[in-house]
Amino acid sequence: MMKKLSPVIEWFTLLFCTGTVLLFLIAILWDLVVRGWPSLSWQFITALPSEGMTKGGILPAITGTVILTLLTAVLAVPLGISCAIYLNEYAKDNWVTRLIRASIRNLSGVPSIIYGLFGLALFVQGMHMGTSMLAAGFTLGLLSLPYIISTTEEALRRIPASTREAALGVGATQFESIRDVVLPSALPGILTGVVLTLSRAAGETAPILFTGVAFYINGSSGYLNQEFMALPYHLYMLSTQHQAIEQVRPLAYGTALVLVMVVFLLNLTAFYIRYKYRNNE
Amino acid sequence: MNEAIIKLSAQGVNLWFGNKHVLKNVTVTFPEKQVTALIGPSGCGKSTLLRCFNRMHDLSPDARIEGKMMLETQDLYDKKISVTEVRKRVGMVFQKANPFPKSIYENINYGLKINDIPSKERPAIIERALKESYLWEEVKDELKKPATRMSGGQQQRLCIARTVALRPEVILMDEPCSALDPISTRKVEELIVQLKEQYTIVIVTHNMQQAQRVADKTIFMYLGEVVEEGKTDDIFNHPQKELTKNYVSGHFG
Repeated sequence: MMKKLSPVIEWFTLLFCTGTVLLFLIAILWDLVVRGWPSLSWQFITALPSEGMTKGGILPAITGTVILTLLTAVLAVPLGISCAIYLNEYAKDNWVTRLIRASIRNLSGVPSIIYGLFGLALFVQGMHMGTSMLAAGFTLGLLSLPYIISTTEEALRRIPASTREAALGVGATQFESIRDVVLPSALPGILTGVVLTLSRAAGETAPILFTGVAFYINGSSGYLNQEFMALPYHLYMLSTQHQAIEQVRPLAYGTALVLVMVVFLLNLTAFYIRYKYRNNE
Repeated sequence: MNEAIIKLSAQGVNLWFGNKHVLKNVTVTFPEKQVTALIGPSGCGKSTLLRCFNRMHDLSPDARIEGKMMLETQDLYDKKISVTEVRKRVGMVFQKANPFPKSIYENINYGLKINDIPSKERPAIIERALKESYLWEEVKDELKKPATRMSGGQQQRLCIARTVALRPEVILMDEPCSALDPISTRKVEELIVQLKEQYTIVIVTHNMQQAQRVADKTIFMYLGEVVEEGKTDDIFNHPQKELTKNYVSGHFG
């Protein structure tokens, strides 16, 4: 009897757990859409805020977040991938590399507010960038590096030795084999890691808090040497710091929905690239 | 057999992985334009020996090699010869078919490209390589197709085509049929017999019948040492050593 029953119980338990997780996700999305949808309009995503944030749109926050994320990608992705290639393909397995690897893993556990304070000390003050898009980009880049390195290394490790030997066997140098065969094979995995990391970076508030984000700027965000508006910070201000809290509540939900959509769009791009790539393989 | 020119040879080769002594004073010769089979139980060092000839151990930090590996009169481990030059002259086909994640055409083109063969000459070389591998008729209309969508046997023959396109002098094959079905295996074996008109071939195999079907010479290895070498027919039918006799009759391994 138990033998017959236990698979059913196991199956049901696992289904229950999956269902619970999904329930939370759906509840959050549902809440966001229901309350945020009415504020969404063409004007909301194309106009500047007006009348003390109680009216108008959130265009500067959208452009700020998009450009900041691109800047983070430009700064962190090439460096992170190169670092992972060195660690996985070239570095000898000794205590130094093991120490480096452990440090990188530990860095990804450091709270983001600490990156914010570090960015304030190093980029804003130490390197005289001031509170600016550039300083915030560097800070977010730093935050993203450990994740990009770890996921890229994981993707490279999954490529079997036979793939590398195929290239070496026809006379490729180690570098050529990595550039032409290993990296393209690992690309889907690398891309997934990069996009997840950037989605996280796009939604971060703490690291940009002291390094460049502003509650309101007159005009558009996007100059590297100036302060900028960003969706997560805008959302934080609208939901907790605004004096007319009732009036801006719908706008806060709208902002949250737009932030989720921006991140979703980012994921969709990666999904599309992976799909294209698989078809060419 | 005595008159055949020696194309490839190992002279007193010892190899260690860390503290493990894997090849023990191996001295063997491979005659030109013949197929030589390396047989022996798993772990006897036959694949390790094979990989010495195109320096595939170069990237293993814990491998240490002593002795001489010669391609005719060229020391393959001489500092003056680059490893890419060695691998161009001594090609390799691996145990598991490992085509590049590219199109059929690009799979062969890639090796030509990195060896600086002018792009004008490449299409003709690619066609010839595919013909030599008896793959041309099967794939000539779908050269743009990803190689990973071919059957396992076709993939392995593409890997052979990729190797012969570079006109190597020697082709090393590491159990090339171990992952193939009997029909694909027969095609690859026929191909091997054809290829020996132009190339010196060394094949590692676990399959006694295969060794007898394709090889002119057979070398039997056990625990890192060469036990016996000779004409395939002699090794299988008139072995001199008790160990060889037991192995080829299937008593162990």
